Amino acid sequence: MPTRTFLWFVLPTLTAMILFIALPIVSVIIQSLHIEHEQVLVTTESCGPFGCEETTRVDLEATEVLRAERPLGQFNGMNTYLGRSHLAVQELREAWATTETFGEFLSRIYNLKFYRALSFTLVYTAVVTPFVLVLGLAIAIGVNQLPRVVRGPSIFVSLLPFLVTPLVGSLILFWMVDGDGIIGATLQWLFDDPSLSLKASAGLTWGTLIFYGIWHTLPFSFIVFYAGLQTVPTDPLEAARIDGASAWQQLRHIIVPHLMPLVAFVTLMLLMDNFRVFEPIVSFSAEAHATSLSWIIFNDLRESGNPLHGSAGATSVLTIIGVVFLLMPVLIRTWRDFKGRRV
Amino acid sequence: MKTFGLTIAAALLGGAPAFAAGHGVDCGPEGQSIRILASDFPAIHAVVNLAEENCAGAAAEFERNHTTEAREIMNAALTPDPAEYTSVIVANSTLVQLMNDGLVRPLDDLVATYGANLAPNQLITIDGNIMAVAFMANSQHMFYRTDILEQAGVPGIPETYDDVVAAAKAIRDAGIMEHPLVMNLETGWNIGEVFNTVYLAHGGDFFEPGTARPAINNAAGLATLETMAALVEYAHPDHLTHASNETQALWEAGQAALGFMWGSRGGAILDDEGAAPEVIKNTLLSSAPVVQAGGTPGATLWWDGFTISANIPDGDAQATFAALASAMTPEMVQANNDAAVWLIDGFDPGPAAAGVAATAQGGAKSYPMFPQMGLMHNALGAELADFLQGRESAEQALADVEAAYTTAATEAGFLQ
Repeated sequence: MPTRTFLWFVLPTLTAMILFIALPIVSVIIQSLHIEHEQVLVTTESCGPFGCEETTRVDLEATEVLRAERPLGQFNGMNTYLGRSHLAVQELREAWATTETFGEFLSRIYNLKFYRALSFTLVYTAVVTPFVLVLGLAIAIGVNQLPRVVRGPSIFVSLLPFLVTPLVGSLILFWMVDGDGIIGATLQWLFDDPSLSLKASAGLTWGTLIFYGIWHTLPFSFIVFYAGLQTVPTDPLEAARIDGASAWQQLRHIIVPHLMPLVAFVTLMLLMDNFRVFEPIVSFSAEAHATSLSWIIFNDLRESGNPLHGSAGATSVLTIIGVVFLLMPVLIRTWRDFKGRRV
Repeated sequence: MKTFGLTIAAALLGGAPAFAAGHGVDCGPEGQSIRILASDFPAIHAVVNLAEENCAGAAAEFERNHTTEAREIMNAALTPDPAEYTSVIVANSTLVQLMNDGLVRPLDDLVATYGANLAPNQLITIDGNIMAVAFMANSQHMFYRTDILEQAGVPGIPETYDDVVAAAKAIRDAGIMEHPLVMNLETGWNIGEVFNTVYLAHGGDFFEPGTARPAINNAAGLATLETMAALVEYAHPDHLTHASNETQALWEAGQAALGFMWGSRGGAILDDEGAAPEVIKNTLLSSAPVVQAGGTPGATLWWDGFTISANIPDGDAQATFAALASAMTPEMVQANNDAAVWLIDGFDPGPAAAGVAATAQGGAKSYPMFPQMGLMHNALGAELADFLQGRESAEQALADVEAAYTTAATEAGFLQ
């Protein structure tokens, strides 16, 4: 294809990508480098039904002058990134210098909100992704072996968890693990401990969130693998069977290699999806035990009445960098396969 | 069918001004636009319903949006000129959020013209300007199960935090309940709010006077965390996930004997829906606890009231103010007596209002109206859970709160 034709061909896609992906990212980066202009405070008296009190208010005129001078706010460079809410460079250095054991150092780091969120996000991604891959493949193979009559209904049932809105699905599980819920009450009865609470312990909360994550994303990998299984060539399988290959050997040497591109695709999607885990944390009110990078962004923009656009921007940029790091191995592999095929 | 619906609507709309005129309601200039943004609970509906009944006929349009997300959208909705809404119904903390951006107008002229029926204590004055008109109050306070206190041999109704802890211990020791206390300690806003209440009872200040510099890492702060830890010992194991809906449900299910909950839940608990008869019969609403007898009750007083947007034509502002002011009548209060603790004449405080009334009379402070309070509240909400779970010391928790607040307040421009 001549370059000219090619350019015309990709122009619509390129325009859309610049408008909806590149420009927003640039805007987020610019916002993350700025903080609000100074809020000029004046002392004032406020009176109401409960009496009068001395308080402060924002001097709007003085603040408006500052705002007009620099509409973007004050340039803050990388300080938002390096500050306590994010990479906390100074706190890390201090913790390293003043702690004696590595464990103590880790617990000091875990006290910082960004690293705490990052730990849960990484553990969640690292546990949910392989489980969903392996179980999804297992279920796909299982369903593929079923007689035709029951296959349709089984596929439908297997897909159900994916149809439930994450916020609602996790809320249902949250109620089930409550001390008065069916799972919580059963566990209390089994362990004969009436004060056993899945919500009160960090470990059990993480476990429940991860369990929810696996349950919810499993159908995605299942359906992709099931579709892939329909394309497995029958000739090599028959040949293998004639040569006396066991079912396990057929799976390992023929089916899985055939599905490899799909495995790469599903891994890619799962990594991106799991890294932005968010809804179950809100539904579970799990913030005391587990937060994630997406949750920090949500909290910064929403909870304080003063949306912290700089902080939210910085967390977003760090999340993008995190995703790129995670995807690197998969991307490199795909690139190698692509080049290998061309040569 | 459609025509029939329209006829009914026309009849209703046509009927309204006649009714209004009959009652001598002043709806201000005619043909204006009234658009109200409000939170979503029965007391607010009662006020806005009457405003609509009185003045929708005289206005060119009367729109209302009741949403629990009001706080999240109001600044964005009031920023354009003309603003999306002519009035937002706010509370102490949310008024500050609007005033920080200069989105509401002073009401002195409007009160003079249309506010004849408003009581002086309804007027929220900041720097000498009336900025909002309050109509109801709310606060946290204690709920007790008198039958269980008696059964556990607790003498009288607890007054101090120590009394509450002692009562909890007595109930546990008597083998009646392992976790007799319910409190809204959900990580985030709720846990931060509990700190605020106990901290005010200990006489603490949140900021250095006249500045946005934090001032909670002190003796009062430490005492506050000590009190919270003593209480939490007897709280339901899932307390870090409990907000009002959960604590109310536990109370109505008879699973708690001591509760630190919102006054606005009192009416819902005492009505004949949801709770068992013995719970309703034996629930007593009483003042928030104090540190020492005669001290400040540990609660934050709240009011709900209406504001008028800055970025709207004066005609809309007059019509909106007149409509809402016309709803502040003793008749409306009498018809909805138990829906709220009304600040309007004609309110007859029943058992459901006893807790808020006692707390306010005891001299509880109102929720702090500092422009940077939201950031402090958020930092408290995020950093205190570790302490309550015994994972860090009180000193470390307070240092974390101040550090988190300082970072956020610097970014928001309150600290340099």
